[in-house]
Amino acid sequence: MYQFNYHKASSVADAAALLTRNPEARALAGGQTLIAAMKLRLAAPPDLVDLAGIKELSGIKVDRGTLTIGAMTRHAEVAASREVLQSIPALASLAASIGDRMVRNMGTLGGSIANNDPAADYPAGVLGLGATINTNKRKIAADAFFKGMYETSLEAGEIITAVSFPVPKRAAYAKFKNPASRYAIVGVFVSEGAGGVRVAVTGAGTSVFRASQLEKALASRFSPDAVAGIQVSADGLNSDIHASSEFRAHLVTVMAKRAVNAAIAGK
Amino acid sequence: MSVKVSMTVNGKPVTAEVEPRTLLVDLIRDNLRLTGTHVGCDTAQCGACTVHVNGAAVKSCNMLALQAQGATLVTIEGIAAADGTLHPMQEAFREHHGLQCGFCTPGMVMSAIDLARRHSNLTEETIRAELDGNICRCTGYHNIVKAVQAGAKATRS
Repeated sequence: MYQFNYHKASSVADAAALLTRNPEARALAGGQTLIAAMKLRLAAPPDLVDLAGIKELSGIKVDRGTLTIGAMTRHAEVAASREVLQSIPALASLAASIGDRMVRNMGTLGGSIANNDPAADYPAGVLGLGATINTNKRKIAADAFFKGMYETSLEAGEIITAVSFPVPKRAAYAKFKNPASRYAIVGVFVSEGAGGVRVAVTGAGTSVFRASQLEKALASRFSPDAVAGIQVSADGLNSDIHASSEFRAHLVTVMAKRAVNAAIAGK
Repeated sequence: MSVKVSMTVNGKPVTAEVEPRTLLVDLIRDNLRLTGTHVGCDTAQCGACTVHVNGAAVKSCNMLALQAQGATLVTIEGIAAADGTLHPMQEAFREHHGLQCGFCTPGMVMSAIDLARRHSNLTEETIRAELDGNICRCTGYHNIVKAVQAGAKATRS
């Protein structure tokens, strides 16, 4: 790892000032991706701004049909939270499926979506539930947040403070994971709520995306049979040693079916 | 450029001068000379570097020493009783021969203690699922699972 300057932010305003003053600086959340990338010298920020000391960035609350999770809330906390298990159990089980126990004890919601890894789990939950990303500057709809591979609409000095999820009628996440990395080869998050049916796919493309073909079919009939016959196009999907684009396209339908089944069963 | 980092390790306050880039595992092994915590893969996959930070199992090769500023740490050296009596989980690993070469064992034991704390009834299935962050390259998993099950039971009694 290359040398860097370490700053521990005491507040969101302090962190924003540090990030603005040092344009090449990176915010450090749980570090489960960033530290690993820095060790490999894939990332070499001259300054790190540690957000872990900012108390107001952590916590979980449910208020009038909205579940709000602080950006620095660890995956293990989300997975075990009574509020999350009662309001959106699919999100708790998604959090429980990330990495392994030790990674879940460090990794955070804000860190995951700010990084926007094409195979990360949280982007599927955030987009699939039509969540709102709250930052120190504004509120961003999930549909406008995920821009491309490792790319989001966050601006310089902008810090995610929390994510607000509308509580759906039902939802589920199904993931076909890489057995070594536990990242999604394909993960599909399905929800049905006030905003209609949403289907978000991770792992398959350059970034999380909504599968409108599947959404339409499920909007007319929320049943695994409604999507069983749909063949998703492999055009533009990822292809690597783990899975061809055709296999990933096939998995999108299979995972969507599993997610719909689980949503109906309430699991 | 070095900075001062302080924390409590196995009940004792420690202070060290480290570079910001110093990993927690390097502080533990090189500065504190607690070499029971191992570096296996060094890429946050194998879990040989597992320690407890504020009661939670984490991979010390994948965090900065500075991220543990002010924290309470427990390493494999800190779990046996002062008179040398093994922790029930260590004793269970010995009894059930939950190791072959032993390299992964410190991490396995630290993860197993964390696991036993969180589950009142540990099934074989739960143990296998929850230990997926610890890799034994001797593939001695069968006895490890037996040891964790027995160790969890002994920890509770």
